[in-house]
Amino acid sequence: MTVAQAPGAATLWHTIWHVGADVDTDALAPGAYMHHGIETIAQHCLENLAPRFASQVRRGDVLVAGPNFGIGSSREQAASALVHLGVAAVIAPSYGGLFFRNAFNLGLLLLTCPQAEALRDQTRLAIEEPLLALRLPDGIRLPCAPVPEFLLQMARAGGLLPQLKQRLAALRP
Amino acid sequence: MTTPLASLAASTLAQKLIARASGRAQVQAGEIVNCRVDMAMFHDSSGPRRLKPMLEELGAQIWDKSRVVLVMDHYVPETNEESRRIVRIARDWAREQALPHVYDSQGICHVVVPQGGHIRPGMFCVGGDSHSPTGGAFGAYMFGIGATEMLGVVVTGEIWLRVPETIAMHWSGQLGAGVCAKDMMLAMIARFGMNGANYQAVEFTGAAVRALPMQERMTLCNMSAELGAQTGLVAPDATTRAWLAQRPGGDRHVEPAGLASDPGSVDVQHNFDADTLSPQLAAPHSPAHGVAIADHADTRIDIAYIGACTGAKLDDLRFAARVLRGRKVAAGVQLLVAPASLQDRAQAELEGTLQALTDAGASILPSACGACAGYGTSFGEGQTVISSTARNFKGRMGPVSTRVFLGSAYTVAAAALCGRITDPREVVQ
Repeated sequence: MTVAQAPGAATLWHTIWHVGADVDTDALAPGAYMHHGIETIAQHCLENLAPRFASQVRRGDVLVAGPNFGIGSSREQAASALVHLGVAAVIAPSYGGLFFRNAFNLGLLLLTCPQAEALRDQTRLAIEEPLLALRLPDGIRLPCAPVPEFLLQMARAGGLLPQLKQRLAALRP
Repeated sequence: MTTPLASLAASTLAQKLIARASGRAQVQAGEIVNCRVDMAMFHDSSGPRRLKPMLEELGAQIWDKSRVVLVMDHYVPETNEESRRIVRIARDWAREQALPHVYDSQGICHVVVPQGGHIRPGMFCVGGDSHSPTGGAFGAYMFGIGATEMLGVVVTGEIWLRVPETIAMHWSGQLGAGVCAKDMMLAMIARFGMNGANYQAVEFTGAAVRALPMQERMTLCNMSAELGAQTGLVAPDATTRAWLAQRPGGDRHVEPAGLASDPGSVDVQHNFDADTLSPQLAAPHSPAHGVAIADHADTRIDIAYIGACTGAKLDDLRFAARVLRGRKVAAGVQLLVAPASLQDRAQAELEGTLQALTDAGASILPSACGACAGYGTSFGEGQTVISSTARNFKGRMGPVSTRVFLGSAYTVAAAALCGRITDPREVVQ
């Protein structure tokens, strides 16, 4: 998660990639590549829906999707492929519940924006802290559903694994 | 503040199970609570190959090996160097860790684990697979999680949860001949969509659900995943107890009292009539893409696939045999049957169900996830497939040009028999 911005800092504009509704985990992490490591899986992320995405997405870009993003399988490679490609956040009106948990566990910020549809023709957006509202270049603000604090902390820490590491380190003499 | 027991409000079955696991008298929908895990199940794909390196990185141990069940089902039987490597990691790790509960090539986790007696009413369980809600058929709270979250469970024995609302799917009446639980699910998924349950709990109720045998209840809870529910539940009853009594350790389990939703506790109830339910069909490329069988009567099929935890349990094999016994599949159609577990396969052999299928021309495949997971075996370019599995996403079971229709084992068998999509009520014996 790389959206944190000091107050007063220059606005960080994220380039938007668009996908439609009901993007499933098999589209994000195709089964045929599941026996490979994340580097290979990530190269095929969304290849049937947005063929240029995996090769052209840049660190800090965001993905804007329609409803039900990430429905389907429990494979967390669906989320880690996006992390591996440097996606800063996903913005959609709703998510598959299992994918939602996996994303935060892997340090990927998901923003639930009921008005994500309004981003359809946009190419850039900024994410405003601490409320995680979206700002468009023309000044329009789109609110997002609040994210529980412990999940935000998890995303900021880079996921559950680094958090567990800290927790276990604190227990050791 | 502690609420005195006497003033407890009505609770859903899901809330009762979560309250138990989180050590509270009662929980409210929307609360975030920490639950102790009674059983954690994972397989060769989501389990050892991901958990082992992360556990080593942490220098941590499994919190309680007696509560962990490992199933090799996704990459078995091994077909190439990659699958051999993945399965070898699982086997080596199971030996290293001296895991007491390992099912290697015995069938699909969601069927093998309850058959091994590991899921009981009142338990709180997680599985490293999206179809883990299957365990809810036994009155346990069970849901799927990813590998990193499983690491958290394996290290701490705990997991957080937002207490869900409960959506009751109430089925009155009685299913007709050639109609089964898979049709109930396809009808609900077509109506509400693949995320219609919005990660809440779904509870299946009503006379038509009560009349279902355990494996059919498992099909309902299994496909709760395709409704987008966190879990699917059926309150335990005499059917549950009779089935569980025959599993290992069945005589030792004491079921907690009151495992049912209190009157008036569910948040939403949707009503359905089993009497009027017809066989259902989902067209490519979504389980929610419900279409009328009659509109596809001219759709010829290349492959009829009876497989997966969703659609190849013993009851499903029996459904297919009711259509195919004493008959032959149509010329040019390949009928593939992958029984969900070796136990189901053995019983199907014993009673002649499997013979009826092979006599009709079926090829029997290994009891594993097979083509459903799309990890190895998959169908060919441009083929039309009808399948008793759970998902027909584009590219899941073959190239993007593969078209997969979903139906019950009855409907798949009927299509195999006729060579085109057919209402099984026309041919069921």
